[in-house]
Amino acid sequence: MGTAVTAKEVGGETQGVEASQVADVPKGSLVRRTKRQRFILDGIIVLVGLAFILPMLWLLDAAFSNNASQAMSVPQLTFGNFKAAIAAGAGGAIKNSLYLAIVSTFIATVVSILAAYVLSRRRVPLKGAMLIVVLFLTGLPITLLLIPIYVMYVHLGWDNSPFYTSVALAATSVPFAIWLLKNFIDQVPREFEEAAAIEGAGGVRILWRIVIPLATPGIFVAAILTFINSWGAFLLPLVIDANPQNTPGALGIYEFMSANGRVQFGPLSAYAILFSLPVIVLYLISTRWLHGGFAFAGGVKG
Amino acid sequence: MTALAETVLAEPQDRPKDRPSRRNDRERVRPSTFLWLSPATALLVGLFLIPTGYAIYLGFTNMELLGPYAQHFNFTGMANFNRMVHDPVFWTSVKLTLIFVIGSGIIAQTVLGLALALLGQRVHVTVRASVGAIVILAWVLPEIAVAFIWYAFSQAGGTLSDLVGKSGTDLLSTVPLLIVCVANTWRGTAFSMLILSAGLRSVPEEVDEAAQLEGASYWRRLFRVTLPIMRPTIMVNMLLITIGTISDFTLIYAMTQGGPGTETAILPVYMYIQAFTFNALGYGSAIALALVLIGALLSIVYIRQLRPELKRAQ
Repeated sequence: MGTAVTAKEVGGETQGVEASQVADVPKGSLVRRTKRQRFILDGIIVLVGLAFILPMLWLLDAAFSNNASQAMSVPQLTFGNFKAAIAAGAGGAIKNSLYLAIVSTFIATVVSILAAYVLSRRRVPLKGAMLIVVLFLTGLPITLLLIPIYVMYVHLGWDNSPFYTSVALAATSVPFAIWLLKNFIDQVPREFEEAAAIEGAGGVRILWRIVIPLATPGIFVAAILTFINSWGAFLLPLVIDANPQNTPGALGIYEFMSANGRVQFGPLSAYAILFSLPVIVLYLISTRWLHGGFAFAGGVKG
Repeated sequence: MTALAETVLAEPQDRPKDRPSRRNDRERVRPSTFLWLSPATALLVGLFLIPTGYAIYLGFTNMELLGPYAQHFNFTGMANFNRMVHDPVFWTSVKLTLIFVIGSGIIAQTVLGLALALLGQRVHVTVRASVGAIVILAWVLPEIAVAFIWYAFSQAGGTLSDLVGKSGTDLLSTVPLLIVCVANTWRGTAFSMLILSAGLRSVPEEVDEAAQLEGASYWRRLFRVTLPIMRPTIMVNMLLITIGTISDFTLIYAMTQGGPGTETAILPVYMYIQAFTFNALGYGSAIALALVLIGALLSIVYIRQLRPELKRAQ
């Protein structure tokens, strides 16, 4: 691998490597080799990127083509598929998804902030046990809860109700949200709250005026993750809400896929794009807000 | 005895009334604490803990969706589990689940995510940002959209079939498990890429440079220095992938409904079919319990790998 220059080779001195010692490696060739390497690696990663984008290109292609099929073709840039998708119920389904996502996010965020603040700042009996339980619940698959929740909901008459479906969806996100928010609030310095308490502010005021503004990034992340989770909900609504008027987007797309015998690729692609847009927009907003928190950044420290 | 000693040593009923009988050195529990905890407690107890207990109970019954056993079901002891052990479809399902989780989740997503993270370190910034955005976009798409895209992609005449050179074949019918695994990897790689690239950034440069000065080649440095330092990150990543993938329902159900036949019937899908298509809620619950058990066993493996790091952190 060429001359390895180590501290040992520097004569009798124990100083570091001096510039003169590396003179025997032709400077130009080293730089050129690294530059060429970089371009080869560029090429490799671009190939991977192309492999990833191809299915998405098909989706765009099919959504804007007349008589779209599973093959790729030149799109005519029509909006007919989008109209067909709306005619097939995309508008209503997306509205239902909006309801489920907004209500469940609201419930989950409020509930989690209250619990996370208390677990972070106050003395709570059995706090340690509670935190372990919350941590374990984050890993509990919904598949286990599906049948019991279905039976319970039917007994309570809570099935076929968008509101109670939202409650169930909120519950699935609460353990992770509590864990995320508690860890976040732990990092917030307590001096502000203590100062406010000395001034005579009560618990609610401290929470509302001080803790929540300071914890906004964490709250934002928890809310967005809950929203995205509830937006794509499929299994839970499938099981506990049989009313076709309450069908959310994911189920709507699935039903459209299996309807009418032949799969209508054009309208379905449009439907899929319409359904995906809000989530994509949310993701873009969140990366802006968090200064690239989710972004594939690197190299620069901090 | 001094007045103070008298006060402290006196029985509670003898103590003067102006001295409080509770401790002042520990923070007191405020009543509002319980109020603020109550919504979360209600949700978690009502929609997690109680259903978990109920699921365990149901696994030992013969409750059904409709018919005679819907209202008046019986406790049947180990009957469901006996049936499970002798059910060939169940064992197929377990095998498929393991292939799906370990193959397309643990192995494929970690390797691909690591490759992207490593490559990302050494390419031009714009290239890295664009490819990163594409990979993450695949992750952000709703699962049903992914299912539809890959359904179309692998149909006869679809783009994947064309690329592979078998235009006429419906890949989803001929190699269904492979297709759903590819779709799942496509969807999930971004997660590993993000976590592992964060882990890579936390490897101190000095260690890598020292190895370079010693004359170690790239691959040697990778396997002997970088990856061992990243071990906790890799283990946590695998744990999270497992937890997320093992209960995945939508992707496979929307693409194949577990078929053709039972070729892609991973445990969540099989549970759904048994419970809601064949009406066997009790048996379905038993299958769900088996799923949780498998997930727990896999998680224990990773947590044990993490134990030396956790001990050191304490």
